[in-house]
Amino acid sequence: MIRVALPAHLRTLAKVTGEVSLEVPAPVTVSSALDALEARYPMLRGTIRDHVTKVRRPFVRFFACNEDLSHDPVDTPLPDAVVSGTEPLMVVGAMAGG
Amino acid sequence: MSGVRVLVGTRKGAFLLTSDGKRERWDVSGPHFAGWEIYHLKGSPADPSRLYASQTSGWFGQLVQRSNDGGKSWEPVGNQFTYEGVPGTHQYYDGTARPWAFKRVWHMEPSLTDPDTVHAGVEDAAIFRTTDGGTSWQELPGLRGHGSGSLWQPGAGGLCLHTILLHPTNPQRMFIAISAAGAFRTDDGGASWKAINQGLRSEGIPDPKAEVGHCVHRIAMHPSRPDVLFMQKHWDVMRSDDAGESWHEVSGNLPTDFGFAIDVHAHEPETIYVVPIKSDSEHFPLDGKLRVYRSRTGGNEWQELSKGLPERDCYVNVLRDAMAVDSLDACGIYFGTTGGQVYASSDGGDSWNAIVRDLPPVLSVEVQTLGSK
Repeated sequence: MIRVALPAHLRTLAKVTGEVSLEVPAPVTVSSALDALEARYPMLRGTIRDHVTKVRRPFVRFFACNEDLSHDPVDTPLPDAVVSGTEPLMVVGAMAGG
Repeated sequence: MSGVRVLVGTRKGAFLLTSDGKRERWDVSGPHFAGWEIYHLKGSPADPSRLYASQTSGWFGQLVQRSNDGGKSWEPVGNQFTYEGVPGTHQYYDGTARPWAFKRVWHMEPSLTDPDTVHAGVEDAAIFRTTDGGTSWQELPGLRGHGSGSLWQPGAGGLCLHTILLHPTNPQRMFIAISAAGAFRTDDGGASWKAINQGLRSEGIPDPKAEVGHCVHRIAMHPSRPDVLFMQKHWDVMRSDDAGESWHEVSGNLPTDFGFAIDVHAHEPETIYVVPIKSDSEHFPLDGKLRVYRSRTGGNEWQELSKGLPERDCYVNVLRDAMAVDSLDACGIYFGTTGGQVYASSDGGDSWNAIVRDLPPVLSVEVQTLGSK
């Protein structure tokens, strides 16, 4: 099981509190993690990445293990600590005020 | 028992204001979707319990919310708005070509007869339709495919399709308006569209009388006379008596004919309302005095309405989708401001009260008249 931390607005939309835990088949990547997230919470489709192109929305970032993974290829394997559930994959809304 | 439900979209959520037919005491529900921009929400004329809301965010994009119980509960429905075919390009502000890209839904117009059918006006300008209650959305590509599409350019708010008017009896006819392309009409249910901008004159474009390129801010129609249209253009208040084939100016004695909102009295098709705004570079009322102007002659002769509105130091704006009317016997008029006030008149505009005054900036106001009169 991996852990995914969502920003507040998406937690509200998905009707969850705190992190979500997901079963993600190997290899565990940003892409496969988001596939599992959207399968469990279909209301999140289109809010993190484009429906069709799967391109990350510009004001959304992916962090894990103190690293910014936003610009890595989405099929890059996630760190072992994320795969083992020790650390969460963080979906973050860019700090932009408002 | 009659009642009124006012649907208010704001920069930070949706609010529902309800009252009985007297419209003296108001209950405020909200914020719904707190923290999100709610560009527009509107109820189905065929089923007043069915509401649709456009929920957007610069971070997380577009959502569409649907309520089946008058706004007590909501569920997200389909949010995929994909242009048909190869999108092509429109003009950017500087005249260069930009690819069409979906940004948000500005306006949702539920069918007059079917609660599951809704048209959505979006940015970049296009019209979409759902026939399954919002689960899926399909573009009506004939509009963007109008031969002029590559020449459309955004207004300051974006290249937005903000107005959708449905003909009351002919489902094949619709009117739409785009900033800053102009007004268009379909007579075949949205398959093909005709630019209806003859008579408009706009400075700031190379040919002031061009077929397209006009910054139409809003169009209004009374259902009893669907060939008569009223328009608040960037500058100029305009009127058409032939379903948009030609327009003539009816700004008359308005102190300024810049503005955004325009609407028609529910029972008097020649009575119209505007909120004059100082200019396109100063988006607030003249002299800090918020005023509605009413014409009972379908334009040209305008009366200042000020009772109950701020007399000084008022520098708010009233946006294009932020005025609406109810259909009670004494027609109620409502408008919201970028200062967070929603003003209402239950006497056709003679006097006004703020029914709520500290909301986030108001983007849209719609009204549902509920129950028997």
